Amino acid sequence: LERRELLKLFPLLLVGAFGIPKLRDPLLAAGVAFADWASASWFRRNHLAPTFVDSALTPLDRFFVNTYDVDDPDVDLDKWTLTVAGDVVRPGEYSLAQIQSFSKLAQNTRHICVEGWDVIGRFGGTRISDFLQYVGANPKAKFLYVECADDYYESIDMASALHPQSLLCYEMYDKPLTREHGAPLRLRIPTKIGYKQAKYLTSLRVTDVVPKAGYWEDQGYPAYAGL
Amino acid sequence: MTELNSISIPIAAGEATENHLQAAYEHPWVVRFCHWLNTASLFVMAASGLRVFRAFPSFGPKIPQHNLLNVPASLTLGGWLGGALQWHITFAWIYVVTGIFYLGYQVLSGNYRQTLFVLKDMGGVWPMIRHYFFFGRKPTQTGVYNPLQKMAYTSAILLGVLSFLTGIVLYNPVQFSPLASLMGGFHWARVWHFGVLCAFLFFVFGHLVMVALHGWNNFTSMLTGWKRDPEYLP
Repeated sequence: LERRELLKLFPLLLVGAFGIPKLRDPLLAAGVAFADWASASWFRRNHLAPTFVDSALTPLDRFFVNTYDVDDPDVDLDKWTLTVAGDVVRPGEYSLAQIQSFSKLAQNTRHICVEGWDVIGRFGGTRISDFLQYVGANPKAKFLYVECADDYYESIDMASALHPQSLLCYEMYDKPLTREHGAPLRLRIPTKIGYKQAKYLTSLRVTDVVPKAGYWEDQGYPAYAGL
Repeated sequence: MTELNSISIPIAAGEATENHLQAAYEHPWVVRFCHWLNTASLFVMAASGLRVFRAFPSFGPKIPQHNLLNVPASLTLGGWLGGALQWHITFAWIYVVTGIFYLGYQVLSGNYRQTLFVLKDMGGVWPMIRHYFFFGRKPTQTGVYNPLQKMAYTSAILLGVLSFLTGIVLYNPVQFSPLASLMGGFHWARVWHFGVLCAFLFFVFGHLVMVALHGWNNFTSMLTGWKRDPEYLP
């Protein structure tokens, strides 16, 4: 009788699959993919990220600069344009002045790094949704794919890109972006984790298929990374 | 404790095994299954969580950064932050599903009465503590668990719920922003999540000491469900 009861615990040995390298990686990938799917499923388009009063701001000089290779990829700010491509009616090169011609949204929001630290910063820019509408992006496309002057790259799911607080950010703390914070243009999406906030943008593509999920995602970080 | 425990679950159904030993069926299959699955998940969650913590071992600002403690890499799982997150996120599902399965079973079957610490158990806590730590007389055991055990296990289950709530806030602080603000925001949720880990480590330490002190029959009952010669049977 006792032996039979013990045998009923046999299914527990399935956890041992995580000890087999060949099975472990696909199992962990499936777990992360499922979490990404769940996170996307409870994402609400109009649920706003909390905003903060000015006195809660982390001073700019205490806003940690995180880059994956260089703090300043030597962008020529005078000649800079944003290349827009993919599933859009009006592809081409867009100047910073054109991007700044839309109404500006400036908000104090929390920036959270995957490492665990967080800062509250002030970010100003053009809503991604305004700009995408202007270039005639297909709103049914699945992703926004961006490339950067430092060879960083990121993909953002369209629902998050169109969120009312998602910005093509050109100002921090009411001043033009500094070089180490991504001049002249970066992403600022308060519903996404830090590594999604790509800096030094050079191109933006509206697409259903992304060549790669993102620099860190391709090293093993979650691809959706919603907050 | 003179009051007789009035629970009507199978623990009272003493049965004779082939060896004519007295035995009681203490732990239904679901409880045993969840216990050991949870042992594995909790281990993975703690070890991978500590690896995540190593990426920023502080609860203060990033600048200037003051590290709270240096967790040795050998105590952690995942190899690096990204790997640890994969373990943590994957086993979070196993952990949560186990918890739901366990709680659902306990409530629906009525078996929760064996474990749930209620107000009337309060009076029995101090005599147990006196017995364990101050050489007091051992109170008569009337059920599977004594009041102190009920308190410990009920706390552990509460910790499980808290670890989930604080964890989901860390995972998606914007979508769960009302819950996050209840905890004092993302920053504090991280503190609470770590606090729950510390409380869990304290529980596990005490639990292991007690298991070691109470012998083999007590240990095997969590494997087979059957406790040989329990003291509360006549």
